[in-house]
Amino acid sequence: MTMQVTVRKQLGSADRHFALDIAFDSDSRRIALFGPSGAGKSLTLRAIAGLLTPDSGRIVLNGRTLFDSEARINVRPQERRVAYLFQDYALFPHLTVEQNIAFGLARGWRNPRRGASHPEARRWIDAFGLRAITGNYPGEISGGQKQRAALARALVAQPDIVLLDEPFSALDPALRVRMRAELRALQANLEVPMLVISHDPDDVEALGDHVLEVREGRIFGAAPVKGHPQVYAPASAHIV
Amino acid sequence: MTTLEAVWVPLSLSLKVAGWATVLNAVLGVGAAFALSRWQSAARDVVDALLTLPLVLPPTVLGYYLLVLVGRRGIFGEWLGRLGIELVFTWQGAVVASTIVAFPLVLKSARAAFEGVDAQLEDAARVLGTPEAGIFFRVTLPLASRGIIAGVLLAFARALGEFGATLMVAGNLPGRTQTLSVAIYEAVQAGDDNTANLLVLVTSVTCVVLLVAAGRLVPPTRKAFR
Repeated sequence: MTMQVTVRKQLGSADRHFALDIAFDSDSRRIALFGPSGAGKSLTLRAIAGLLTPDSGRIVLNGRTLFDSEARINVRPQERRVAYLFQDYALFPHLTVEQNIAFGLARGWRNPRRGASHPEARRWIDAFGLRAITGNYPGEISGGQKQRAALARALVAQPDIVLLDEPFSALDPALRVRMRAELRALQANLEVPMLVISHDPDDVEALGDHVLEVREGRIFGAAPVKGHPQVYAPASAHIV
Repeated sequence: MTTLEAVWVPLSLSLKVAGWATVLNAVLGVGAAFALSRWQSAARDVVDALLTLPLVLPPTVLGYYLLVLVGRRGIFGEWLGRLGIELVFTWQGAVVASTIVAFPLVLKSARAAFEGVDAQLEDAARVLGTPEAGIFFRVTLPLASRGIIAGVLLAFARALGEFGATLMVAGNLPGRTQTLSVAIYEAVQAGDDNTANLLVLVTSVTCVVLLVAAGRLVPPTRKAFR
């Protein structure tokens, strides 16, 4: 996989101002953006998914241009083939787990039927051990199950890349460790590249080969090779 | 005229008029509410205020506006007449009057319901490849449906009780434009207390049933929203 991202965006109201100016290239299948909250990681992810339009820049994934301000290219999020795992999973509360997972398979104006079997969705339901709760609603399942369901929903669409926004922040510490191991195993078994953003060094170490540190809207440091780069130490750690 | 007829004729006309007004409002009110909830513009508040006007203006003022606009010598009256549409002194005129009077009730509830839908869920559908129209019908509308249904029921109740604007536009023709509330007015004027009592009772019961149904649907239960 190859990925070239240049994103510039000015955001702000009268009293608050934020400048996003991110640029990085990667050919890793496991990219991690690391940095404190408010650094612009989520904005970068939203720009890659097409949910945020940059002021200028260029986003190229596997040679396919998704956004180019100069060439006036802006592929709609629907056609980017980029999956997005939201921080709190954003499962549709009015649909069952199976309907959620099959959501991307239904093309028309109607949701997948409740109780009907969707073979492509079934594959991921079995892979994530969700068979017992296919008929449940998101409000009725645990945090770990929600994450598995959200991952299954994202993978059914056969995306070119999966973007993960702070994937474990909604989980309690014990579950976090387990889900992190699970996601790592998934990375090892699947071909699909993943870009994860997190403020947690443990996430970055487990899930990223190419680690980029983001601070105040910019890429601050990078560790292109697997290792323990010094950027892991938060910049403010020695000040306190 | 038997007592049964005295109740049934205006009741069925009221239900017909309120039913049509509700169908029209369900489409127009929900459409306008969705547009307003997504429209980023300074003019939005002005448009919202104008569309809410029927809620605060006296119905007689609305009726007068309607006569000016669609009356036989009104601004659009002649043009409508050539199309064969006659609104003054017809039940269709009563439908138009009721629709306008009840419109803000659907608009307000539906707009609040649409604004309460988590934008992230729409984004989630977007990255899953769902076209915008699909997002509306598969995510936004179902999640806003409770608020919308409650607003539509309120609008139905309001249309059922419409008096002022309806009287001015459609008049008081027994069997043709005489709705329940107009029939009550006439019964009282004529000193026919028995008919008046019966009509008042029927109207009250119908409205209470509707309001209980509306109250059941809003606020939404916690379980439905995680």
